Amino acid sequence: MTVNDAGRAASRAAGPLSPGDPVVRADSTELVQLLTPEGERVEHPGYPLEISAEEIKALYRDLVIVRRIDFEAIALQRQGELGIWASLLGQEAAQVGSGRALEPRDMAFPTYREHGVAWCRGLDPVRLLGLYRGVNHGGWDPRAHNFHLYTIVIGSQTLHATGYAMGIQRDGAVGEDGEAVIAYFGDGATSQGDVNEAFIWASVNNAPVVFFCQNNQWAISEPLERQSRQPLYLRAHGFGFPGVRVDGNDVLACLAVTRKAMKAAREGQGPTLVEAFTYRMGAHTTTDDPTRYRLSAELESWKLKDPIARVKQYLIRSQQADMEFFDEVDAEADEVGTRVREACIEMPDPTPTALFDNVYTGPTDQLEAERAGFIAYQDSFVGAHEEGR
Amino acid sequence: MTNLTLSRALNEGLRKALEDHPKALIMGEDVGKLGGVFRVTDGLQKDFGEARVTDTPLAESGIIGTAIGLALRGYRPICEIQFDGFVYPAFDQIVSQLAKMRYRSLGNVKLPLVVRIPFGGGIGAVEHHSESPEALFVHTAGLRVVACGDPLEAFTMIQQSVACDDPVIFFEPKRRYWEKADIDIPGALADAQPLEKARILSSGTDVTVLTYGPMVRTCAEAAVAAAAEGRSLEVIDLRSLAPLDSETIFESVRRTGRCVVVHEAPVTLGLGAEIAAQVTQECFYQLEAPVLRVGGYSIPYPPSRLEEYYLPDLDRVLDAVDRTFSY
Repeated sequence: MTVNDAGRAASRAAGPLSPGDPVVRADSTELVQLLTPEGERVEHPGYPLEISAEEIKALYRDLVIVRRIDFEAIALQRQGELGIWASLLGQEAAQVGSGRALEPRDMAFPTYREHGVAWCRGLDPVRLLGLYRGVNHGGWDPRAHNFHLYTIVIGSQTLHATGYAMGIQRDGAVGEDGEAVIAYFGDGATSQGDVNEAFIWASVNNAPVVFFCQNNQWAISEPLERQSRQPLYLRAHGFGFPGVRVDGNDVLACLAVTRKAMKAAREGQGPTLVEAFTYRMGAHTTTDDPTRYRLSAELESWKLKDPIARVKQYLIRSQQADMEFFDEVDAEADEVGTRVREACIEMPDPTPTALFDNVYTGPTDQLEAERAGFIAYQDSFVGAHEEGR
Repeated sequence: MTNLTLSRALNEGLRKALEDHPKALIMGEDVGKLGGVFRVTDGLQKDFGEARVTDTPLAESGIIGTAIGLALRGYRPICEIQFDGFVYPAFDQIVSQLAKMRYRSLGNVKLPLVVRIPFGGGIGAVEHHSESPEALFVHTAGLRVVACGDPLEAFTMIQQSVACDDPVIFFEPKRRYWEKADIDIPGALADAQPLEKARILSSGTDVTVLTYGPMVRTCAEAAVAAAAEGRSLEVIDLRSLAPLDSETIFESVRRTGRCVVVHEAPVTLGLGAEIAAQVTQECFYQLEAPVLRVGGYSIPYPPSRLEEYYLPDLDRVLDAVDRTFSY
């Protein structure tokens, strides 16, 4: 990706501005890239990355599997097994690169699209489906994999992440072998007050949190220029901490940039804003129709920057993997996909009385009375169906 | 026994909470060196340090949102919202996150977080400093909502709220901050009734008067005045608005046959509306009169030169009591 490409979205004219108004400092945009779309390994002085062939192959495996999970989930939605799905298509590298930069002790706060990060944290992908199937609102234990519940309200979790990071500080867990937090959000979320408040809290407290913004260019139908007149990563400077833009379709660059930011946070150097410059290849969710608001030419241009193809190209060209490896990964991905499919279809509905569970830590008279009334009402139908025949 | 103002009683209660719960933290605007605009946190930062009594940036959503994160990390944040009318920037974090996260997690997380809010009018303040937004939170499942009515209650209820594993919205009657009572500081908490229980402030036989927060004293005074006229009021301080101690209410109304609910908040969809519906349903055959409500009019809180006409007072309570005898 070239510098011009990186600044392209930001330089599109917005609202009352005339095209060409010099309000966007796109020329100052620097994009960290370690693997070109053509699969050529390049160096960046600020982000040296020593990585073995096996490690790159492991990343490739992650990328293929998370895309396969995503593909399966879309199919499940189309077949009526899921109510909705938010696809990560195109954002695999941003999620796997950042997700694999985390230590097990670090904490991640996702949006509802971080299926690739969930995979890296070790959460069974089947667990992601409950929310989209409507059998729960998430329901996993955030502590089990240090991966918080999906947050649907845009940007809210950035404050939770920052507060959690302030807890790390109070626990004295900053420093050598320290802990840090990563907060995921998108370009649309940068307009939310909560995200800006999170930046302020993190900054003045020097909290160990990395703000990982996947700029996928579209907030449902609204392009980036409806959110910002300047590249998003530059906003960090106004809050008093560093911001960096990384090629979000380059898994190696996302790994290196996130690693460095997380290390700095763990060691007490405070927050970093990472803008992963990527593209939402699919619809916002399965209910969305992007053909109403964006041109197919844009999609086509991003297909050339595919996050998986470039890793494959690199592995082939550098002769670090043969076709047998790629076939094995595909087969494994298919196995995961099949397992996800079967588990989804077999996923039982909760028992109806679960309606009343977990509102509070203990029972209340009111909810117990409502539960009893509900059971009595439901029981009143037992046998009625047969009698009516 | 120590004679304390309600503000000071909260201060002592918070001090004990910080001592009893190593993970308890106080956070809010001006809670540190200044000790809060009502001095409720006076001296606590000096004694417990800046990590446990923390001045925050001036943004309410940020206060609650970061407190949720701290709670997820195992802390027990006690957030101060400076005035009732300033809680709305935090409304989304309270309603969509704080109240729902345990349900979302199928019980895997708990959020032991207290949001302290000085509420109500009567202090001659400018706009946004005299509101009673409690019904908004009572309507939100997943929150506990309580209101203290006197210094002793303030002292014990704040400690119980900090100890509670559910989120608690803790309303403080700001016009009563300066009223005093004797408190047995070492023994009061052990003698306190459970947080979710109402208390019968004065027993009576003719009318049940239900109230909370700043109106507790008003209603207690009304009971004295009514007694002089030969009417026996049973005044109940609800204390917990969510969950509501309905059994205590029903038991009383079944005895008296008459019920008046008093609060500063507008009557439209206020606590009185919910209570009237419940009492009508559960005590229908014992009722001698409809449940009457005494509260604010259905208007924005008025300028302070008019608030005496807006706020319920002793006479309006007695007027409603009289009206329950006209059916």
